[in-house]
Amino acid sequence: MSSDYDRLVSDLAPQKFGWKGSVWVSFLILIILIGAYCYIQQVRQGLVVTDMRDYALWGIYISNFVFFVAVSLVGSLITAILRLSDVKWNTPLTRISEIIAVAAVMMAGVTIVIDMGRPDRVLNLFIHGRLQSPIIWDLLVVNTYLVISLLLLYYPLLPDLKILSKYFQKKAKLSKWYDRFSLNWTGNAKQHKIYSNATTTLSILIIPVAFAIHTVTAWLFETTYRPGWDSTNFGPYFIAGAFVAGTGAVIAVMYVLSKVYHLEKYITADHFDKMAKILVMLCLVYLYFNINEYLMPTYKSTEEEAGHLRSLYTGEYSWLFWTVIFGGLILPVIVLLFRKGRKPLPLFIVSLAVVLGAWWKRYIIVVPTLSHPFLPIQGVPESWRHYSPTLMEWMITLATLAAALLIITLLVRFLPVIPIHETAEERKLIEPSSNN
Amino acid sequence: MEHEQQQQTRRKLVGKGLKIGLLTAAGGALLAKVFGQSGKAKSNSAKSSETVELMSTDGTLMSVPASAVSHQHESKSAYNPREGFPNRKFVMVVDLAKCRNARKCQSSCNKNHYITGENAWIKIYKMQDSERSAPYWQPTLCQHCDEPPCVKVCPVDATFKRRDGIVLIDNNRCIGCRFCMAACPYSVRVFNWSEPWQGTFAEQYEYTPDYAGVPSQRGTVDKCDFCPHMIDKGEMPHCVSACPNDVFSFGDLYEDSVTNGSGQSFQLSKLLKDRAGYRLMENLGTQPSVYYLPPSDRVVDFEEGLKNYTEFESVKKH
Repeated sequence: MSSDYDRLVSDLAPQKFGWKGSVWVSFLILIILIGAYCYIQQVRQGLVVTDMRDYALWGIYISNFVFFVAVSLVGSLITAILRLSDVKWNTPLTRISEIIAVAAVMMAGVTIVIDMGRPDRVLNLFIHGRLQSPIIWDLLVVNTYLVISLLLLYYPLLPDLKILSKYFQKKAKLSKWYDRFSLNWTGNAKQHKIYSNATTTLSILIIPVAFAIHTVTAWLFETTYRPGWDSTNFGPYFIAGAFVAGTGAVIAVMYVLSKVYHLEKYITADHFDKMAKILVMLCLVYLYFNINEYLMPTYKSTEEEAGHLRSLYTGEYSWLFWTVIFGGLILPVIVLLFRKGRKPLPLFIVSLAVVLGAWWKRYIIVVPTLSHPFLPIQGVPESWRHYSPTLMEWMITLATLAAALLIITLLVRFLPVIPIHETAEERKLIEPSSNN
Repeated sequence: MEHEQQQQTRRKLVGKGLKIGLLTAAGGALLAKVFGQSGKAKSNSAKSSETVELMSTDGTLMSVPASAVSHQHESKSAYNPREGFPNRKFVMVVDLAKCRNARKCQSSCNKNHYITGENAWIKIYKMQDSERSAPYWQPTLCQHCDEPPCVKVCPVDATFKRRDGIVLIDNNRCIGCRFCMAACPYSVRVFNWSEPWQGTFAEQYEYTPDYAGVPSQRGTVDKCDFCPHMIDKGEMPHCVSACPNDVFSFGDLYEDSVTNGSGQSFQLSKLLKDRAGYRLMENLGTQPSVYYLPPSDRVVDFEEGLKNYTEFESVKKH
């Protein structure tokens, strides 16, 4: 066993939180507690604590749900699609993206329950579920995706857990836990065969399921008649947007982790450069879908569509709409076309803009449509015509985002963010499929 | 004019001759009994010499022995709120030529369903299809579609379509996802965003889906139920009987007949043909059970309704 290998293990082994880490975790927990308090109020008083009413019947809970589902798709992109296309450079990013995927899809499930008027009846979905409802499709695929994502996170961890069990020998308890979760991994040829077959199978399986979860999420809207949602373009449009959101999230997280854990040797400038190029491509694809989504209805301008589009182009939502299009899509593409723009720090800033833009983009998809029903909005208080989330809604939504970040943080605390075994193999520090 | 007079006289005739009221009591099954195999069904104590007047589907009156008449709601034991009344198919006709935004339908509906929120189940829209076309008042309630988009998307079968055409909600099952509200193009569904606080009167009732709102439940969806609880008693839905202008007529598609609040009955097919009846958003394929008669040859002034109209006023509460 070379000293290079030992250094690799000690570089990549999970580390205790420093004071910054503790502050960060406490901050997240505080946000979650505030959100939990607000949610209890919501359960006690009803959804009246939100600004949703009979017209704006869905709000940021739903757009936040769509955002989480979107971000979770990146697991399949980085781990599965790149793996199957035999890309080698993605190794240090696979675990990060799988962790993000798991955290996001878990919080997607939580968020949808938060939006329910009767969360106490959530079991009705299983007792009385009807297959013709897109919500049941969503329930099925989101859970399937969660299971496959967890497996795809877990299987590649087996060799690493064994390595960690050895590395933490001095801490008997911790070592024992790692050993237990490594499921008796010894790394013999037979295990390797099962391991690689399983990961390949999962990588193949996860792609259609990933497409399904976001297509079905698009169908939640597309199955209605409403202007802005009544579009045959919606499935692919959502998928394209999801890859943008998820890639932005991975870039942001990998930048932070490489800084905090000094992983520059493993997550190199080259990785940022490559991810930036992928992001440009994805943004361009998404822009193409946006053009389809907006230009054709604008050209026809039917009565219903026109009212909705006017509110986006020049009306109530125009400021948000154009900021998202320019700040979250066009400007990132322009910046990333330059080599300097693809350096880690500028790319990090761009990725934050992309993620923020992606969140608001879901708001733009969900909310404005609802203020343009087929019959005019009459006979209700004027405030019902507009929707602007209440403080309660914001606190609950922020808590879900904080919870996703907390899941990521805790997983990063106990799992190696960069696959140790795979990296060692690639760097020829250990024999492929040897007994280490 | 001549046509109008004819109609007037016929209305009088119908009004006088038909004190049995609602043809709801006499179904197609009944007519079958009248003409033939009526042997077994004579459990009535009425003497065979007594006769009743009935109107056939083409509008002609005839008298039949009372003993041959059996009443629909006598077979009530078979009634299941999820299945609906057997051999019925309810329809409504809304005559826009008569509506002057009196809002009696709304207040009666609110009162009888104990609606306490800002969200009435029946709304009277001020409509104007284009700049040069005439404005009119359009009372809009649940259209009880035959292809209901709300029922299609409900994940838990809380909202359902009955055989008699009525779309209802089981508030004991609704999970409050509001997907049905997003799916409904007519914006007729309302949500109980907070506790309804209907008072002890509504709350003392035992909940059943066929008397919506009694009581309402927080976190679930409500809407117009076509008043099965009134039909069951052989009476008209609250909006129909409350309207001072006979805007609404309610009836049975199988009987081809609808009756308005004053008790005047019309042959549905003829009414729709003569008055060019239509349904809202036919292009969506929802197949509503509510028909509208266009606001032509109006009996009332549009302007009269304006004094009742304030764009943002919420509903009158009771």
